Amino acid sequence: MNRVVITGAGTINALAHDVPGTFEAFREGRCGITELEIRDRDRLSIQIGGQVHNWDPEAHFNRQQIVLYDKFTQFTLLAAREAVAQAGLNFDGHLGYESGVVLGTAGGGVNTWDENYRAVYEEGKNRVHPFVVPKLMNNAAASHLSMEFNLKGPAFSVATACASSNHAMGLAFQMVRSGGAKAMLTGGSESMLCFGGIKAWEGLRVMSKDACRPFSLNRNGMVQGEGAAIFVFEDYDRARARGAEILAEVAGFAMTSDASDIVMPSKQGAARAIGGALRDARISGDRVGYINAHGTGTAANDKTECAAVADVFGPHADRLMISSTKSMHGHLIGGTGAVELLACIMALRDGVIAPTIGYEEPDPECALDVVPNTARAAQVDVVLSNAFAFGGLNAVLALRRA
Amino acid sequence: MAQTVKDRVIAIIAEQAVLDPYDIRPEATLESLGIDSLGLVESIFAIEEAFDISVPFNANDPAESEFDISTVASIVAAVEALVAARPA
Repeated sequence: MNRVVITGAGTINALAHDVPGTFEAFREGRCGITELEIRDRDRLSIQIGGQVHNWDPEAHFNRQQIVLYDKFTQFTLLAAREAVAQAGLNFDGHLGYESGVVLGTAGGGVNTWDENYRAVYEEGKNRVHPFVVPKLMNNAAASHLSMEFNLKGPAFSVATACASSNHAMGLAFQMVRSGGAKAMLTGGSESMLCFGGIKAWEGLRVMSKDACRPFSLNRNGMVQGEGAAIFVFEDYDRARARGAEILAEVAGFAMTSDASDIVMPSKQGAARAIGGALRDARISGDRVGYINAHGTGTAANDKTECAAVADVFGPHADRLMISSTKSMHGHLIGGTGAVELLACIMALRDGVIAPTIGYEEPDPECALDVVPNTARAAQVDVVLSNAFAFGGLNAVLALRRA
Repeated sequence: MAQTVKDRVIAIIAEQAVLDPYDIRPEATLESLGIDSLGLVESIFAIEEAFDISVPFNANDPAESEFDISTVASIVAAVEALVAARPA
């Protein structure tokens, strides 16, 4: 089996339009959640989100591209350009045949659905733009990445709700590890901050009207975000031979299904995924220094996740750090695991643990070191990234310092 | 004869519980009727639609919500109050 390393990272999210800016926000514990700027905001009962502000597609794409790129595709391409530039890879030659792309997105082109439903239902139009289907389809971002970078191997998208990115990155990891690909672009994207996208979430009544406060006793729900993060996963021998800078090693991955409830999380399912990722990486639990939590800020997730961590790690659960950066960038749904992997890379490379901001009151059911409010300097060698989706689908990645 | 608020709320709860409205006792809890968190959120939606009201309820912390869901009677009382406060 081949070792797998990350040689490039890119992002756009509510905190910044690139990785250095996002790291800076993580270090400062800055909140990217603001009042939403979207059409018909006054008809929403939830009016905040981790929205990407100052987004100017025309600065990055020409008119012909913009008519084909939903915002989730635009975010993906921008993040991928940053990642590929950092990796210094060119896929034009033979490498293109041995490389591919696996992306996570839950909703795909939600803004395109929203705008065109408005046109036909609200405005009564009987005609829509010819590119509605290729723009909204869930695999559009993966396909446009393949075209922009000449990736001719495996290419597809994964939709497992809030675990989509982790499932995608786990599959990309397995492909490089097994020799099925030399390099993979992977990560995820979501752009659901439009009237219909938020209205749907309002219905479940799990959303906060004021802030995302994971693990805090007074937490009152999740806050949606948007954006993308894309990584280059590469065969370690190849990366080393070409002298690439290695950001981190992807060491293990596991996915489990609760097979129990469509929305309520399960401690056992989460614990099996966490334990499975450690076994896959052949790393003992006491070496884990940091976990980027799923940490949605809902009552149900946070206490279940803490109980799962306590079960897997035993006494070591009290020594490791666990934080939720959703408090800063919001919940990017299908793209969330990708943006959160950045916090894992920052922990391993820079020795800085991103905090859980908005933390106000300890919750006895979440009695772990959640790195409240302020980033912390700490050297860690192994980190995990958790994602637990609606539908009971869990996916956990284990990363090791390069 | 027009149905009372109580009758209509009980009919909504009965539908969720897959029971006859006659079998829904005021002191019953939703849990005892077999209504889970999804059933609760769906019931509240149905109540909002039936009475054109907005129910202050956050599933993250039902106990802290202003809307008391501890029993069928408390839900009926809370809906009656919201209906009474509805702008004419």
